[in-house]
Amino acid sequence: MVFPVLFHEFSYMPNLKQELIHQLGQVLETGSILSQAEAMSPFESDGLTAMKQLPLVVVLPSNEKEVCAVLRICHELSIPVVVRGAGTGLSGGALPVGEGVLLSMARFMRILDIDPLARVARVEPGVRNLSISQAAASHNLFYAPDPSSQIACTIGGNIAENSGGVHCLKYGLTVHNLLRLRIATMTGEMIEIGSEALDSPGYDLLALMTGSEGMLGVVTEATVRLLPKPESVCVVLAAFDDISCAAQAVGSIIASGILPAGLEMMDHLSIKAVEAFVHAGYPTVAAILLCELDGTKEAVEEQVLAVNAVFKRHQVKEVREAWDELSRHLFWAGRKAAFPAVGRLSPDYYCMDGTIPRRKLAFILESLQELSRTSGLQIANVFHAGDGNLHPLIMYDANCEGEQKLAESVGAQILELCLEAGGSITGEHGVGMEKINQMCSQFGRAELDLFLGVKLSFDPSGLLNPGKVIPTLHRCAEYGAMHVHSGQLLHGEMERF
Amino acid sequence: MDILIEQFSERIRQARLTGESLRLQGGGSKGFYGEKFVGSLLEVANFSGVIDYEPSELVLSARCGTPLVEIEKLLAEHGQILGFEPPHFGETATLGGTVACGFSGPRRATAGSLRDHLLGVRIIDGQGQDLRFGGQVMKNVAGYDVSRLMVGALGTLGLLAELTLRVMPKPVHECTLSLELSAKAAIEKMNHLAGMPIPLSATCYVENCLYLRLSGLQREVDTHVFRLGGETILDADQFWNSIREQEHRFFRDAPFLWRFSVPSMACLDSFDEPGLIEWGGALRWSVADIPACKVRMAAERVGGHANLFRGKQPDVPLFHPQSSAIRAIQTRLKDQFDPDRVLNRFRMYSYF
Repeated sequence: MVFPVLFHEFSYMPNLKQELIHQLGQVLETGSILSQAEAMSPFESDGLTAMKQLPLVVVLPSNEKEVCAVLRICHELSIPVVVRGAGTGLSGGALPVGEGVLLSMARFMRILDIDPLARVARVEPGVRNLSISQAAASHNLFYAPDPSSQIACTIGGNIAENSGGVHCLKYGLTVHNLLRLRIATMTGEMIEIGSEALDSPGYDLLALMTGSEGMLGVVTEATVRLLPKPESVCVVLAAFDDISCAAQAVGSIIASGILPAGLEMMDHLSIKAVEAFVHAGYPTVAAILLCELDGTKEAVEEQVLAVNAVFKRHQVKEVREAWDELSRHLFWAGRKAAFPAVGRLSPDYYCMDGTIPRRKLAFILESLQELSRTSGLQIANVFHAGDGNLHPLIMYDANCEGEQKLAESVGAQILELCLEAGGSITGEHGVGMEKINQMCSQFGRAELDLFLGVKLSFDPSGLLNPGKVIPTLHRCAEYGAMHVHSGQLLHGEMERF
Repeated sequence: MDILIEQFSERIRQARLTGESLRLQGGGSKGFYGEKFVGSLLEVANFSGVIDYEPSELVLSARCGTPLVEIEKLLAEHGQILGFEPPHFGETATLGGTVACGFSGPRRATAGSLRDHLLGVRIIDGQGQDLRFGGQVMKNVAGYDVSRLMVGALGTLGLLAELTLRVMPKPVHECTLSLELSAKAAIEKMNHLAGMPIPLSATCYVENCLYLRLSGLQREVDTHVFRLGGETILDADQFWNSIREQEHRFFRDAPFLWRFSVPSMACLDSFDEPGLIEWGGALRWSVADIPACKVRMAAERVGGHANLFRGKQPDVPLFHPQSSAIRAIQTRLKDQFDPDRVLNRFRMYSYF
């Protein structure tokens, strides 16, 4: 197997930057190239602000031709390229390479076409997730994946991370809602993957591209599937005095044959934080579940009755239902504000993202309590309970010596617990730079080498987003010491799930 | 059972050393599907059995040789189904073969394809390495999605040893309606209905009739049956079975069968007869005797592709030809998973 050059091994030539800027100037307008430190500083990190790095140059191309020209130049000069959407990612996937170009797709903002009868939307990658649903709303259609950052994050970034959201339990992730991509390869060649048909001949390259964290190609256009808006929606809020009862209720709902559109859990600490912040009117209990049911009017009515019965079986203390948009919004407002609300209780917090099989919810909750006790750090829990995706928020004070390190170590232990439970180190935030060490735990060397092989199949030069996701042999050897990077959230005020 | 994994690995390693090719086979029910069958037979049907099934998790893991009927029977006992409603094409159909072929049935357009339901795999690659990708959880973005890459790869990238799938609750009630329509009107109707919030679970147009299957709770199905009108079909299960298994008289005795995968609203004007239409218009079957180049041009013109699903024609590749750029990437992928071309050589394309 051929191994690619890794980014720290790219040699820096003193006049390389000048040569690069000169060549980029031939294909881009002056305003599309940023090379001064002040101008580049907004691009030095993504949502994982603990990791910062200025690139050599930031470029903002406006069309496919320019993207291909930039890639050809970089390929020719062997300069690494990191692609960036809105920069809301939480795992450092868009962290620039010091000796590389940061390629921002921010100017690709057009919704090119919506076909209401065929239920597809053709969009540029810099289009914000929410604006697709907004544009489709007049046809009573929507784009299903709804990551919490949907007001800011772009579809290009969603494809890179295979983003999910609250409703992916029923409607799937980005990979389930994507039909076709136009991609610029590192050599500056345009290719099309997938089509508006439901499948394509040969290997499923669309599956590989989705969630590839910008390492295989640069998406310049995407065609996504739109779904009909449900006729009826109801959110049921269930309050429990015992968190393990809430955990068991989650499994029972699924076992009863109901597939909720969303099924979320919050623990006592997050409820308290949220109440103090947005006054959503949540009961102050050990745990609450928010269960969203949608579909035909008849189905929702029956399912609401059925989940009420399940909750009763699991010693629910109180149940509330929200049938109209206003009260549904209030129920969700607290959940959506959970991250910033916890941010108000603690000077710093570290948001983790792991998944476990649903049946291990009770086990993981106990383990988290134990971790909190032994570390002395409080952990607030917000779960996409329906699909076993955890977001423990580890609260700490970076100004207290050693606390950040401690939080990082607790975070790493949580990920190891997820693996022990049969889950994954990342449900939706991606590996990026943040979790590259834990990749050594989730996969063996042979699997990691094949990931590298997949990357090289698309990008033989290894120049696209190098050094991310796939750890080197050396890194895995060092990981024993559990040195894990962590970070704080950029846009801490933004609603996140 | 792990002893079998070791045996498979050893057999692949040995074949690699001697430059031999291996032809992987499960139940042998899909021997009609694929380009060429070369090399020594490696049977995997004895690697069988459900490994893990927890109904409340909606997840099932099984070995490749597990018969599909066994899996579907087990799921039925717990009120669950395989959401993609796979065709069997024979009693001996196994899970591994189904995943390798990537076959989905009538429910595909609304519930998703086999690939959408696959969560994880254990494979043995062309170097005899025992590898695991994906897992048991719905949300998992650690590393590239190698599991889904295996779907429809016809075993050319690895021996699919163990597979983990998402399963779905079985709809409480189903009802199928038939409406007499022209093909054009039927395609429009299928697309129109797919954009409405109704519990549609399958569509099919054949012999001037559009068939609509509604699935869900009794009350919602009844409401929409009433609203949609048309005639209720009595032997609906048998009808959908005949479409899924290609036992309907449309498929019978045809020397070849073209499978068009096209945008759902596509208009294939160059064909005199509409053929059989499924998946809300996105899947069209044709038994017409038309030269392959015309078939493929027609499919490409509407942004789709056409595979020769059954039957062979001289000098006609079964699978739609790929662009040179895509072909290069796919060949490099093959190089990574099976550098010495041990696994199912030439089964998919003549270049690997």
